[in-house]
Amino acid sequence: MRHRSSAPQAKPTRLASGGLALALGASSAGGCQRPPSASATGASARVELPAVSDGELRSPDVFSVYADEAERSRALFVEASRVMLHPRCVNCHPNGDVPLQHAGRPHDPPVLRGPEDKGVVGMECTSCHQDRNLELSRVPGAPGWHVAPLSMAWVGKGPDGLCEQLKDPARNGNKTLEQIVEHSRHDALVAWGWAPGSNREPAPGSQPEFGALVAAWLETGAKCPLPVEPSSKQTDSKQTDQP
Amino acid sequence: MSLRVTINGKQQQLEVDPDMPLLWVLRDVLGLTGTKYGCGQALCGACTVHIDGQVVRSCCAPVRRAEGKSVTTIEGLSPDGDHPLQRAWIEHAVPQCGYCQAGQIMTAAALLAKKPKPSDSEIDQSLAGNLRRCGTYTRIRAAIRKAAGIDG
Repeated sequence: MRHRSSAPQAKPTRLASGGLALALGASSAGGCQRPPSASATGASARVELPAVSDGELRSPDVFSVYADEAERSRALFVEASRVMLHPRCVNCHPNGDVPLQHAGRPHDPPVLRGPEDKGVVGMECTSCHQDRNLELSRVPGAPGWHVAPLSMAWVGKGPDGLCEQLKDPARNGNKTLEQIVEHSRHDALVAWGWAPGSNREPAPGSQPEFGALVAAWLETGAKCPLPVEPSSKQTDSKQTDQP
Repeated sequence: MSLRVTINGKQQQLEVDPDMPLLWVLRDVLGLTGTKYGCGQALCGACTVHIDGQVVRSCCAPVRRAEGKSVTTIEGLSPDGDHPLQRAWIEHAVPQCGYCQAGQIMTAAALLAKKPKPSDSEIDQSLAGNLRRCGTYTRIRAAIRKAAGIDG
């Protein structure tokens, strides 16, 4: 059941010292909640960041603790990826023909992406989804409701793969990085992630905070987290105290 | 608020709350009770109508979405109930209790309008959002194939 694979999440990881550090290395689904490692960032020492809850985002300025701009850029992306890999966002970036819902289960009723990523005749996305959330029926909605193209599939990716994908015009809707920032800041469908209605958990932080992180990532060189080698993954996982 | 909507070919001037679900405008305001209320959550398909040819679950679509557009309900699918799907529905004894059939037929009509010769897979995919309690989905598929001229 490929569509049931849970989305990887890069969450702050509590360290033995009581501080918090961001996981900067991840290469695939299945767990990104690990402390930063030199293999992921090139950093010579672990950097601690202020603690935040799962529902909050760190602001770009706290990342100034990273003296090296490339390391700071990678850390900024990992923080922003907590939004992109949240179910409210990743559910409609499936790596197959079926979008996901809730915490990542297949959409019910059974729908397909269709030839234009808007469903099939009789089961178009907008047959049910309106331009806004419906309070009484709990059907979510926003302008332009549709599934992301398969080339923009995020399910199964970690922050590193997601980052490389976002920088690739062939897999980001042929956007420049400046357009990615604009999209992050102002797109109405992206905005739904923080106002999903009903009892759906919103993405962390807010759209302005997310947009600021993506902008800061670009300003620092748009560096991508480095893949973590299997051996370091194993080492890291032993240090992780998962929430 | 006044909304202009064409319903089954007739232009209507509606004095209704623009957020009223289209289903209730059809049933309660206009008396077009062929379209049924099922789940109220766009999960069963009983309320299916067309807006400019597209399948829409009218229980969840606010009537403002239809402003300036053309709505077709089961009453407007054919002048006297002789749409090929309606004839095939009778021939194959598709209706059991009949509650879901307006929605089923409206979705099937949208499918045939875009895919005149659908495969069984395409029929199943397009009708996947129209539920029926009696479970005779095979009769629905057979009737659609008949209406499409796939089966003599």
